[in-house]
Amino acid sequence: MSDSFYEEPSAPGQTGWRAWLLTTDHKRIALLYLWVVLFWFLAGAAFGLTARTQLMAHGQHLLTAKAYNAVFTLHGVIMVFLFIIPGIPVILGNFLLPLQIGARDVFFPRLNLLTWYLYVAGGLLAIGSLFAKGAPDTGWTFYVPFSLSTQTGVTFTVFAVFVLGLSSMLTGLNFITTVHRLRAPGMGWLQLPLFTWSVYATAWVQLLATPIIAVTLLLIIVERVFGVGLFDPARGGDPLMYQHLFWMYSHPAVYIMILPGMGIISEIFPVFSRKSIFGYKAIVAATMGIAIIGSLVWAHHMFVSGMSDVAVLLFSFLTFLVAVPSAVKVFNWVSTMYRGSIVMSPPLLLALWFVFLFTIGGLSGLVQGAAGPNVHIHDTYWVVAHFHFVMFGGTGFAFLAGLHFWWPKLFGRMYDFKKAYLGSALLAAGFLLHYFPQFILGLQGMPRRYYTYLPELRPLNFAAGIGAYIMVAGLLLLVANLLLSLRRRRDAPGNPWDATTLEWQTSSPPPRENFLAEPRPPAYPYDFRRGG
Amino acid sequence: MNEKEESPGQSYGGLLAVLGALLALTAVSVAAARLYTGPLRAGVALGIAGLKSALVLVFFMRLREAGPAVAGGFLATVLTLAVFMALTFSDVLYR
Amino acid sequence: MERTDAAGVRLGMWLFLYTEIMLFGGLFVLYSVYRHRYQAAFAAGGLELELPLGALNTCVLLASSFAVAAAVESVRRGLKKAALAFLGSAALLGAVFLLVKYGEWSRKFALGLYPGGARLSAEPGGFKAFFGLYYALTGLHALHVSIGCLALGVCWALVWKGAVHGGRLNVLENSGLYWHLVDIVWIFLFPLFYLVA
Repeated sequence: MSDSFYEEPSAPGQTGWRAWLLTTDHKRIALLYLWVVLFWFLAGAAFGLTARTQLMAHGQHLLTAKAYNAVFTLHGVIMVFLFIIPGIPVILGNFLLPLQIGARDVFFPRLNLLTWYLYVAGGLLAIGSLFAKGAPDTGWTFYVPFSLSTQTGVTFTVFAVFVLGLSSMLTGLNFITTVHRLRAPGMGWLQLPLFTWSVYATAWVQLLATPIIAVTLLLIIVERVFGVGLFDPARGGDPLMYQHLFWMYSHPAVYIMILPGMGIISEIFPVFSRKSIFGYKAIVAATMGIAIIGSLVWAHHMFVSGMSDVAVLLFSFLTFLVAVPSAVKVFNWVSTMYRGSIVMSPPLLLALWFVFLFTIGGLSGLVQGAAGPNVHIHDTYWVVAHFHFVMFGGTGFAFLAGLHFWWPKLFGRMYDFKKAYLGSALLAAGFLLHYFPQFILGLQGMPRRYYTYLPELRPLNFAAGIGAYIMVAGLLLLVANLLLSLRRRRDAPGNPWDATTLEWQTSSPPPRENFLAEPRPPAYPYDFRRGG
Repeated sequence: MNEKEESPGQSYGGLLAVLGALLALTAVSVAAARLYTGPLRAGVALGIAGLKSALVLVFFMRLREAGPAVAGGFLATVLTLAVFMALTFSDVLYR
Repeated sequence: MERTDAAGVRLGMWLFLYTEIMLFGGLFVLYSVYRHRYQAAFAAGGLELELPLGALNTCVLLASSFAVAAAVESVRRGLKKAALAFLGSAALLGAVFLLVKYGEWSRKFALGLYPGGARLSAEPGGFKAFFGLYYALTGLHALHVSIGCLALGVCWALVWKGAVHGGRLNVLENSGLYWHLVDIVWIFLFPLFYLVA
């Protein structure tokens, strides 16, 4: 058995910690990211559970109002900037992109390592904010004027997000160059696997949108420190301009979150239906379409902000437009299964849950995108339910599906299926019990970001709390199950699922150079006809 | 694998000519700002700036020789910024 | 395996330049909105700036861009001394730019025309917005000029040592691209701030 990349460091003679902290191997960098991202996910989940527990225990005030504000702010900042935005691209993207295109590594391996250090630094800076002036209490959106006046660690946190943005942007730069320059001979644009396409489209959004929030955050710092006043009405500024600039990035950011997840789903359905993906080109077009149109809808977060009616109508229209390519994808995934030969597996189960939960989330987004209903549900729990359905039920489940799909490739071991099914069931059941009531609570007028609520909303909040704990139990079981598999022997086959994309043509885990023989890309990436 | 630079070199005279054009355009824009008070003032100033930038992009940065991916990416970036600005004005203009 | 895909490295550098365009772009969006809203105040603000210094700085950067392009051409032709002279001039011109900028800011500060300063605090909102944008944009730009000067200095050393030559000039070309973009940003900042009135 030849050596895998675990045995062979990226530079000869590297041993011990140097072989990891100074590596330029994209596979090792992906794993470095995995452990740190996992840490931040658990931290973000802990903050979320804390907030939910407070809401469960109505009237008991486990947290002061100010502490509660800090808790949901940290939950948001951590989940958005330290987990969901980087998550799939830096872990699965880093590991699999070069493999899927038949390359030896990304185009700029040392830049890749730098992005990891920037990510770690961003996380440390976020921790630093707790000790500087205390955790910020502005919500993860840092709206002015409060973010300018509050005496908490906003400057520190905002700078942490700036650094994390730099990491994200450089990852995007690396992936774009990689796909353009390092495809194996025979791997044309229309031979690319759909996960690669999704990471490529995401990379463009990371590249072009992130600088907008970078400069906006710098302005927050400059206003807090030097009093420049560009968002302060007393000094000629416009607070709505902060919102425009903030959402100009932060809305495309949610497409940074979902596109790679959709890419994972597009890989899973063909394999476990033993059938080619339905409408490969349509999915490619839809992927690029979501990236482009999704960058034009940001002001749907501002319908009730005092914006002009013209803008409200325009952005509402564009928001409805972006739903179309997403719906095309859902249709194509389901059509892939039709008349396929279904093989149940944990990745498929999680992918099926993705389709169900993401569809609910997406449809609820249309309600928000309509200007009239938006007036009633803006800043209520309806919105909270919507984005958890798409970000957690969507990206979160897709991420778990991807981990379960590619785990044998990353670690050379298979996990226990029964525990995976049980964990998925607990997670899904808990998720629905936790988040579905929040749609109703929102319609009943419960505002978001409040540390308490009217007594008549107790039963649903309590039920949601029960759901949260079940959900977390399911998550912990899934994660523990995956980690426990690492105690097994490393004997997974190169292609345990009989999949067709290039990463499965090499051993599990792959050797340092990814492929022992020059990979030969098939003319079509999802050809299941030859029974292999 | 080594890729030899295939695009032809530039002449110092050519580069100097570009600098001359850039300096001349700068003078023109200052003059225009001083003399022209019509409604298109901003447009004229930005137009000249755009022309100067195009000269730098084409002759100093050699954008055309960099290939379709690079040129396309540049246009996409500028277009993205223009669209962001336009959509923002759909709010600002009609409040 | 030594990989020298120059086109790929160039693509990577241009991708980075696109992020710089978007970075300044955010501030340009802000500028455009406030200029639309405060036309008179912006004109008044523009009158406070010293056009000769702005024009001088424009010419300085244009000349330095020429010098960088000439330096690259010199390296391609193997003319090491010419390359060093051009690169040194470019970096020097960059330093001149920063000195002039420092001088301009100092004179404004002395007049109380800074955020929180006596003179600026007494002016209407649009005037304050003009100067807020002036400091934000020229400040961010000056930071980039400083980084560019450093990069040109590094290139000078690499050319001098022979590490950069006709067959291996990625670092120089990419530093040049960065420098030209910084020049382009100023090409726009000049009319936006100095030619308003």
